[in-house]
Amino acid sequence: MIPAMEFKTFIFYLFAAIMLFAALRVITARNPVHAALYLVLAFFNAAGIWMLLQAEFLAILLVMVYVGAVMVLFLFVVMMLDIDLDRLRHRFWSYLPLGAMIGVLMVVEMSLVLGGKYFGIEALPGQSLPDGYSNTRELGRLLYTEYVYPFELASVILLVGIIAAVHLTLRRRKDTKYQKPTAQIHIRREDRVRLVKMAPEKDEPVPQGVETKEGGQ
Amino acid sequence: MMEAQFLQFFQSALGSAWPTVAPIWPAIWALLKIVSVLVPVIVAVAYLPYFERKVIAYMHVRIGPNRVGPIGLLQPIADALKLVFKEIVTPTKANKALYFTGPILALAPALVAWAVVPFDDGKVIANVDAGVLFLLAVSSLGIYGIIVSGWASNSKYAFLGAMRAGAQMISYEIAMGMALITVLMVSNSLNLGDIVHAQGKGRFADLGLGLLSWNWLPLLPMFVIYLISGVAETNRAPFDVVEGESEIVAGHMVEYSGMAFALFFLAEYGNMILISALTSIFFLGGWLSPVGFLPDGLGWLILKIAFLLFLFLWFRASFPRYRYDQIMRLGWKVFIPLCIVWILLVGVWMMSPLNIWN
Repeated sequence: MIPAMEFKTFIFYLFAAIMLFAALRVITARNPVHAALYLVLAFFNAAGIWMLLQAEFLAILLVMVYVGAVMVLFLFVVMMLDIDLDRLRHRFWSYLPLGAMIGVLMVVEMSLVLGGKYFGIEALPGQSLPDGYSNTRELGRLLYTEYVYPFELASVILLVGIIAAVHLTLRRRKDTKYQKPTAQIHIRREDRVRLVKMAPEKDEPVPQGVETKEGGQ
Repeated sequence: MMEAQFLQFFQSALGSAWPTVAPIWPAIWALLKIVSVLVPVIVAVAYLPYFERKVIAYMHVRIGPNRVGPIGLLQPIADALKLVFKEIVTPTKANKALYFTGPILALAPALVAWAVVPFDDGKVIANVDAGVLFLLAVSSLGIYGIIVSGWASNSKYAFLGAMRAGAQMISYEIAMGMALITVLMVSNSLNLGDIVHAQGKGRFADLGLGLLSWNWLPLLPMFVIYLISGVAETNRAPFDVVEGESEIVAGHMVEYSGMAFALFFLAEYGNMILISALTSIFFLGGWLSPVGFLPDGLGWLILKIAFLLFLFLWFRASFPRYRYDQIMRLGWKVFIPLCIVWILLVGVWMMSPLNIWN
């Protein structure tokens, strides 16, 4: 029988391996749409790992926001672009040192943080969650009590970002025609159709059962 | 309780072989639960198109399918057989891997979401506290099936359908999520079982009129928004511009045939049943009985789901297709502002002495 801990570790390594593979494919895939889909896979596995850490709220939020919304819009744009791969590869080697330096810098920073005495595995408390502990409820409580001002500030910054983005991309052209739904709803028959009574032009008798057409448009 | 009975049954059936099976018993039990939910769902998905054709036929004063089996009851089986034996055609220069992943991505979320749907008091596959969040997350994945298949088909119509679907489903997801926020506020929980329980309390429920204590009445505008957004989210008429057969042939599924097409079909009807089940749970009291003198039970949930499904079919038979800009306008300029105002209103209501949810 497999002990529970071991099984969890196995799942962790499975998720981590798939995530690393997917992340690698994001930067090596030739097709940008494939790269975006591999990024989705990487997000999924990250969510799985968070779920293992019992951070179900963050995990579900990752799937909901990044996979469900951000990446869909991303794919949307990537699919519509006609991307020239040769131009993308252009001067790849001359940019490589800069990119590699940034990568090394990130690895060094992360190892400094994770290797430091504040974030080491020994420094963090073990998992001793009380019964009925709800990650979601705890996060909500903290966000809306202790961190309410930073939280509100962040949301205001996001709002400013939205307005700025809309304003920058809003280009009102003079020659486009708009439809006004309110005007469309409030239209009356009298505004569109005029019924005209006309005297018959010919005196021929109308056959039985056929009605005469009245008016015009 | 149920688990113990099954455990005993398996132990006695396997006899001496039991100890080798014991370690994987939780997995077996989980699989049994999943099968017991998914088999009825898939049978319902198979028969929903039949009922759709019948209902719409009667609304058009026709008869509908009546050739295969008594009153056409074997029609779904005939259709399924036809689809299984059809040749699967792949368009030239289609992206093969993604072309076949697309339908699977469309169907899977529609089935996964059933994991958190409670059928009766405590009868649920996964009784998780963040159930509503899980549902929102899973239902936001359904769009990948459509986008991926639309792109991988290497066809302009399919791609146009995928584009329409992307914009439409994201827009209405927001409206749906916001409509749910009021439900979460008044039930004070993210667990679907607790949300149903919260609807069984209150003055009307004590008087034996549970019907009036469900969320649909105090949150009526949100109920309407959720229902309409649900129709839009499943790309059903009158919001079916994603398929729009008169404009873009059949949208993202135009290049698919045989079983691959059938998967899209299953996904659409599975999503309809799912949305109906969720609407019943969030707004119509789930398995609760509408009147005091009748017992609660699974039957009520099925009845509510059937009623909402009938609404879906009714809409399709009654309304002409919306224009695309009107769909976007309805989602962004009408539903979302309305939701924000109503969230504020419910918040004030809950803080006032008139609060009915405590």
